[in-house]
Amino acid sequence: MVSHSRPPSRLDVAWDRGFRFLTWFMAWATIALVLFIVYKVTESAFPALQRYGFSFMTTSHWDSNREKFGVLPEIWGTLYSSGLALLFATIFGVGVAIFVSEDFVAPAWRTLLKNVVELLAAIPSVVYGLWGIYVVIPLIRPMADWLHNNLGDFPLFGTPFAGPGMLPAAIVLAIMVLPTIAAVSRDALVNVPPRLREGAIGLGATRWEAIFKIVLPAASTGIFGAIVLGFGRALGETMALAMLVGNSGVISVSVLSPANTLSALLANHFPEAQGIEVGALMYAALVLMGITLLVNVIGELILWRASAGMKGAH
Amino acid sequence: MTKMPQATSLAIPMPEPRLHRSMTSFRTLFSMLMSILTGLIAIFAFVPLLSVLFMLIWRGIARLNLAIFTELPPAAGMTGGGFGNAIMGTIVMVGVAALIAVPFGTLAAVQMSEFGRNSSTSSVVRFCAKVLTGLPSILAGVFAYATIVLLMGTFSAVAGGIALSILMIPIVMLTAEEALRQVPMKVREAALGMGATRTQMVWKVVLPTALPGMLTGVMLAVARAAGETAPLLFTALFNQYWFDGNLAQPTASLAVLIYNFSSVPFKNQVELAWCASLVLVMLVLAVNLIGQRITRSSR
Repeated sequence: MVSHSRPPSRLDVAWDRGFRFLTWFMAWATIALVLFIVYKVTESAFPALQRYGFSFMTTSHWDSNREKFGVLPEIWGTLYSSGLALLFATIFGVGVAIFVSEDFVAPAWRTLLKNVVELLAAIPSVVYGLWGIYVVIPLIRPMADWLHNNLGDFPLFGTPFAGPGMLPAAIVLAIMVLPTIAAVSRDALVNVPPRLREGAIGLGATRWEAIFKIVLPAASTGIFGAIVLGFGRALGETMALAMLVGNSGVISVSVLSPANTLSALLANHFPEAQGIEVGALMYAALVLMGITLLVNVIGELILWRASAGMKGAH
Repeated sequence: MTKMPQATSLAIPMPEPRLHRSMTSFRTLFSMLMSILTGLIAIFAFVPLLSVLFMLIWRGIARLNLAIFTELPPAAGMTGGGFGNAIMGTIVMVGVAALIAVPFGTLAAVQMSEFGRNSSTSSVVRFCAKVLTGLPSILAGVFAYATIVLLMGTFSAVAGGIALSILMIPIVMLTAEEALRQVPMKVREAALGMGATRTQMVWKVVLPTALPGMLTGVMLAVARAAGETAPLLFTALFNQYWFDGNLAQPTASLAVLIYNFSSVPFKNQVELAWCASLVLVMLVLAVNLIGQRITRSSR
């Protein structure tokens, strides 16, 4: 009788060792890559870090001729545009998530809507930028003019609509983070044990009493994590903002005013930067990295806690 | 001595249970109103996608002809032209990125799922991969600029490819790990029981089983990288001329072409930007569809 099984030859064992070392090395290389990115950006920013110190983040000049740099308007613009976008995206994202996780329509329609939202995520951001310039800006111009003329005393609409600016940028940004918020919130809603909802309905709650009082509170940690992750996406998004935000370093609460963000600043100034301006841009990149890493880590931790909290419920 | 509280509460007569809810009660109306609102929100979510697709087809298809693929981008104010070099540049740079990211991501995923499962290193690696997923794409460009562009002294396809690979690695890695974890434990035990080394088990049993899922991840990563602009702006820059096989020179890409042409005052260039967007979206969607097909056919 022929046996097909044999002990591993010496070559097999050597190949086994080598391959396992290789995979081990690649796993550690991932950690090294993250650390190296942080190190390299910090190192490149160091000359500017030394020269401008903390005042870089509290002043608002960007003048490469006089070598004066500050990113306060960009930090403001980044946070403001992301915040506005998040406001729109949360309403629509959580709405869509509720719609596809509850049984409002037949499963076929739910799958269709889910695919549509996924398609939204697949469209490149530069295409959204182009669409924003030629569709969103002309579309909102009459409304924006009306808002300024009639409610101009209200600081939110205090400046005339200049075309590219905070509002069109935030609208397009909202469409871009909507898939993240919708998908992660949907996961959170689907993970709510069905028993809870059945219990509520069984006690006579209407559909929306069950959603508002039982399902949403149970999924709230996951939805909150989705919103924080969406915020992280919005903070780092570049192209749509570089094309739509107006690239002007002013600090204004008016949504009709042009503004600038950290990522748009990098996109516009890096290709032609020289000397200390490269250092200043690296510093700006460092600030952006710090903000996004912080937000993303908080989001992941919240999601991790949400899934840990749901473990016992199933 | 007062009565026990429990006794009092029991003494309260229970109202007759109402099994029917009036259609005009506030609770019913509120519920219906909310259902309609959610439905409207869901319908409204279709609008941007429909509008983007409509604009792409309406404004992009006008210029879609053979010249697009065979001619170079026109200079300012010139008519005609195409963006064949940008299509080629995008393919080259995504190829370079995939050559780096696919082995890197797959091997790290094998370590996480096969050799170091449940180890604390794997948790840290997974956490790092998630951090990389959340890294703004422009920072990948900043990193490639600081390491490759400054080192080589020139903008290049290599720098662009490396910047893109940083965005692809976590996608490939996390989907590959997910796919590897779906392989039943019994299959591994059977292979080991037959006397296979752990590497033989991975190569001959686990990887072939998990291949469709892993390919889907690769496709997703390729689609994502093909559409990225921010990491290429100051790593690959742009090039007016054809890609001639030299990876160490500035290289054109579809995404950067769209960005450059989006805000110029020339009608011809804007038309080309729309047409390039149409080509890019079709490319990205095609790669996405192939990825989904692979998953579906394996089930």
